[in-house]
Amino acid sequence: MSFYRLGDDIADTTAPDVPIEQRWDKRRFDAKLVNPANRRRHTVIVVGTGLAGGAAGATLAEQGYHVIQFCYQDSPRRAHSIAAQGGINAAKNYRNDGDSVYRLFYDTVKGGDFRSRESNVYRLAQTSTQIIDQCVAQGVPFAREYGGLLDTRSFGGVQVARTFYARGQTGQQLLIGAYQALSRQIDAGGVEMHARTEMLDLIVIDGRARGIVARDLVTGEISTYLADAVVLATGGYGNVFYLSTNAKNSNASAIWRAHRRGAYFANPCYTQIHPTCIPRSGDHQSKLTLMSESLRNDGRIWVPKNPGDTRSPDQIPEDDRDYYLERIYPGFGNLVPRDIASRAAKNQCDLGRGVGPGGLGVYLDFADAIKRMGEAAVREKYGNLFEMYDRITGEDPYKVPMRIYPAIHYTMGGLWVDYDLQSTIPGCFVVGEANFSDHGANRLGASALMQGLADGYFVLPPMLGNYIASTKLDKVDASHPEVTATVAEATGRLDRLLSIDGERTVDSFHRELGEILWNECGMARTEDGLRKALGRLPELREEFWRSVKVPGSGASLNQSLERANRVSDFLELGELLCVDALHREESCGGHFRVESQTPDGEARRDDDRFAYAAAWEFGGTGGTPVLHREPLEFDYVHLAQRNYA
Amino acid sequence: MKLTLRIWRQAGPAEPGRMVAYEVPDANPDMSFLELLDVLNERLTLEGEDPVTFDHDCREGICGSCGVVINGQAHGPRALTTTCQLHVRSFSDGDVIDIEPWRSVAFGVLKDLMVDRSGLDRIIQAGGYISAPTGSAPEAHSTPVPKPIADSAFDNATCIGCGACVAACPNGSAMLFTSAKVAHLNSLPQGAPERASRVLNLVEAMDAEGFGGCTNTGECTNACPKGIPMDSIATLNREYLRASLGRK
Repeated sequence: MSFYRLGDDIADTTAPDVPIEQRWDKRRFDAKLVNPANRRRHTVIVVGTGLAGGAAGATLAEQGYHVIQFCYQDSPRRAHSIAAQGGINAAKNYRNDGDSVYRLFYDTVKGGDFRSRESNVYRLAQTSTQIIDQCVAQGVPFAREYGGLLDTRSFGGVQVARTFYARGQTGQQLLIGAYQALSRQIDAGGVEMHARTEMLDLIVIDGRARGIVARDLVTGEISTYLADAVVLATGGYGNVFYLSTNAKNSNASAIWRAHRRGAYFANPCYTQIHPTCIPRSGDHQSKLTLMSESLRNDGRIWVPKNPGDTRSPDQIPEDDRDYYLERIYPGFGNLVPRDIASRAAKNQCDLGRGVGPGGLGVYLDFADAIKRMGEAAVREKYGNLFEMYDRITGEDPYKVPMRIYPAIHYTMGGLWVDYDLQSTIPGCFVVGEANFSDHGANRLGASALMQGLADGYFVLPPMLGNYIASTKLDKVDASHPEVTATVAEATGRLDRLLSIDGERTVDSFHRELGEILWNECGMARTEDGLRKALGRLPELREEFWRSVKVPGSGASLNQSLERANRVSDFLELGELLCVDALHREESCGGHFRVESQTPDGEARRDDDRFAYAAAWEFGGTGGTPVLHREPLEFDYVHLAQRNYA
Repeated sequence: MKLTLRIWRQAGPAEPGRMVAYEVPDANPDMSFLELLDVLNERLTLEGEDPVTFDHDCREGICGSCGVVINGQAHGPRALTTTCQLHVRSFSDGDVIDIEPWRSVAFGVLKDLMVDRSGLDRIIQAGGYISAPTGSAPEAHSTPVPKPIADSAFDNATCIGCGACVAACPNGSAMLFTSAKVAHLNSLPQGAPERASRVLNLVEAMDAEGFGGCTNTGECTNACPKGIPMDSIATLNREYLRASLGRK
């Protein structure tokens, strides 16, 4: 208990108390409107240009607001949404296979292991159909059937085919759609775009978010931008683990700085680990690459039976192989859900049966599939993935089994928001992966793109309008004491990083942080391990501030400084991640506590004690965070234990 | 593996640049090309030297951030491969590798290997979109799109905007980039209403940004990590002619 304090419960008070199908309509009807002619007098800051941010910026500008938008990349088209492969869910029921808004809602709540808020999830499912219409109108080239209509496929353990896709590049195509809509508004003057500019801090005046401090990454200049509201669309915090499938520069600084200014951070321990990534090849590894989960449809996963068997895979006879998923889960075999497949791989490697460098890998073997379907059919189905694997590993998966290992992929946790997507700082809205709202403890495949676009195109804009219409804001300018104080703090922090001139690089700290978190707060978490991590992390943070070496100056382009600043936030976030994981003495979704499992090793929830979202209030650097619980009520979907045996 | 990297170092846009040689005695064949630069940068940092600046992000070949000229080739020796997906095993022990930024009149060097590609964004802003404000969309199935058209639109839409086509072109032309957008949007029924203005505006913006003219040398398509074909340029030319003739 000493790692946190218990504060008052928290509740979402913005979802109307009407039947779930009517909530969103009612909320929109109750929302105050801003007269179209007045909108241009209101400025909104949007940080991030991924699916959520790009969609929000474009839509708000179309409605007439003055938008100031930021991304750290050199172009808004490069946000990491672009790397999503699989697809986007929508309850169109084009297949006539029994899908409906209610079924998508139900699947998402259940898939989230009953740790999400029903109101938000229902709205997500409702909005899903409009997203497809919007994207098609923008020219997103979804896969189509010969008749010219949209093709769909099934995804991630659901029994309907509701996933729309654009080959293996759905994220790219949707993002380009949002980027083009945003570009149109940039050209029209509705969006003032600042690329290569990173948010350093949130400006809060009289308890309300009124702007940001940002650094031009090319010139090093630090500026303030003031507005009526701030939207954070800055993605997840998976890079706290150093190695993840996130982009190298994806970071949590924007949400962490907002957290430090008063925004509660919800469920940080809900992190998703993807079972089929390409394993690390050595200490130089800088990031991990995901291979589509669809490979598990035809590939068979195995490890050598005997620990330390160094024979090449083709020299290991059938009798000396363990197809462990098929053995342990005869019903689902190689197709068990992500968390189960990931944990099983780790268990095998812990037993010393792992393959490849460091023994951190398992085989995904297509030999049987090639025998059964023929190489041509396998090539037709998985050719691009095999090529990608070959490019990265230099091994030909048609001849040698692939090696795979789980990796951090997505973070369900994020800033706490109410039904309006507003954080606990009024005027600070959070959309997309940066918030915690829709996926509970586990996200289903093809739902991240859906949520990002739902938030950006359809949910945020009317709620932001409501905030602006119903809030009287005093005029502020850059001379306001809160503004100058925030700038001084942000500048001081960078100066301090530059002045340490120690003997360790930023990356060496980031790697060590990642290793601690991966070992103690990764696929399987124990009280002992988490306590150990919580002992080590503060030391690492202090060591960082004592001995990090950041070359160069702040007055010009300095990528080391950018990284140092981000890692300084990851170090603090890592601690909260472990505190949250330690306090949640149950297993649910992506959070597996070894102490809470069924006799056959599956995750066991504890609904009596933990059916709540954990919203953390910042307790100071190295201080004690305060837990605010939002009890979760399940009026529509019945609580049940998942079972895949 | 022992490699010698000769890297373009330039402190800022207005500073003179030069090639500087660095030895990497412990390169691992399984490293990606950017990890090779990471390893060098870690060492430079500890030695008190300024690490090499380069653009990169997803490191999966899809964001389009990375891109350098390696031994004279944009994105290096492997076809259909971005710099981040190139691995050290494509080189041999003892190799000397020249690493330079994209070079083009329209791409100014910001620092070392990082260039300013914002001109590509401004081309898109000039009309590389379909005007469909949020909420205005008709039901997705109200307009079927024949599969061959949808597939070809997709192929063109896979452009990652990395700028390799411009860097590879002897004229510094952005024709392949621009034509991919025209071919993507102008072929779709949703893009038809703005078909003429789109191609005219995009070409005008391309010229205004200082990109060179196209003389069909085809270096662009060879360098393109996504395999955007020369056919797209033919499509642009056809669309441009059609729009010009129809213009009052």
